[in-house]
Amino acid sequence: MAPPHADIVACPDCDLLQRMPPLPPGGTARCARCGLELGSNKAGSLDLPMALSMAALIAFFLANVEPLMGVSIGGRTSSTTILGGVRAMWLQGEKATSVLVALFVVVAPALDIVFMLAILLASRRPPAPRWVGALLRWTELSGAWSMVGVMMLGILVSLVKIASLATVEPGIGIFAVGALVFLLAGMSASFEPREIWSRVRWANGDWPGTGR
Amino acid sequence: MTRVPLTGALAEIVPCSVCGLLSRPAGPASPGWCPRCGESIVFRRRDPIQRTWALIIAAAICYLPANILPVMTTQTLRSVDPTTIIGGVVRLYEDGSWVLALIVLIASVMIPLVKLIALAYLLITVQLRSERYRRERVRMYRMLKVIGRWSMLDVFVATFSVALVQLRPYMTVVPGTGVLFFTAVVILTIFAADSFDPRLIWDSGENAGGR
Repeated sequence: MAPPHADIVACPDCDLLQRMPPLPPGGTARCARCGLELGSNKAGSLDLPMALSMAALIAFFLANVEPLMGVSIGGRTSSTTILGGVRAMWLQGEKATSVLVALFVVVAPALDIVFMLAILLASRRPPAPRWVGALLRWTELSGAWSMVGVMMLGILVSLVKIASLATVEPGIGIFAVGALVFLLAGMSASFEPREIWSRVRWANGDWPGTGR
Repeated sequence: MTRVPLTGALAEIVPCSVCGLLSRPAGPASPGWCPRCGESIVFRRRDPIQRTWALIIAAAICYLPANILPVMTTQTLRSVDPTTIIGGVVRLYEDGSWVLALIVLIASVMIPLVKLIALAYLLITVQLRSERYRRERVRMYRMLKVIGRWSMLDVFVATFSVALVQLRPYMTVVPGTGVLFFTAVVILTIFAADSFDPRLIWDSGENAGGR
């Protein structure tokens, strides 16, 4: 079960075996056959994703506490937060949808940010503990189901729709959501899982430490 | 004629599905675990063709009610007005925001349909062991994984319209059953894309018959 050469990788999309070349800072390696990005040398190492995930945590907090927007018609007003939307769907009987919306726009992004911070903090001094590996696989899942960008567009569409019927006023929450969209994108773009995997203590007790 | 590309399958080396580390399976019956992350070693995702077909068919069944049933109903003092997805698109267009109308049309109507057709095409070409357009097909697969989540758009539109427009007695918005089917379509197609294994596109020919 001795691992083959550390710089040989198999493309996850087409299974081609190839050597990972040493990458210059900012460089990217693509699969020779199907063009998938196999890895990249992110220049900012762990500091940039750390900074972005901390900023994302703040934006996430604001996005969830502050109202997204308010409407008024005939002297009556109402406003909503993200969780207000989840609650309204639940109260109106669409319970399954309400739970899924909460998962996609509250739970998944929250876990994404918290996992990322934990991974980055624990990996500062290699070898990183084994639970970092477990978190890495969970971030893949939380990232896949986090839909903050889609929600942002959904809020804008509903804002335009309602604007034709009543007076609409955007709140602080919607600006926080906008910031969150960009911070989450930057967070995952500046993060290189291969780098972390090379720092994690192995399940079989080894830590070759050879990196990539 | 051409050099056979050396793949993991040919070299009997499997990359870990979680961390990517290459390892040699202990045996066909019990391949063992990845020494780095402890995940069990799998050669290809389990029953990718059957699972993906099942999920596509389920999603196609939900696609109909998702488009026929209303996603939300607007109640005012004078009227009760249920709107379907298409109805919502028409309303946006009539209100003059044709850009948003187009975005909703693409996200809610076209993306799920494109995803279903494209996944069916990928499955059929894999089952026919086609060796043509492999690079294009794997790119198409990667694109499907990116666009999938955007069809949730209308569910979010309904959610926030319902939350905001509770101005009794003037105007209220309540969600319709279409929302549930619509969410089902999105989730089923995301699972369908995840259960397909893009390496199947390359397996035919070079790796035919063996595993």
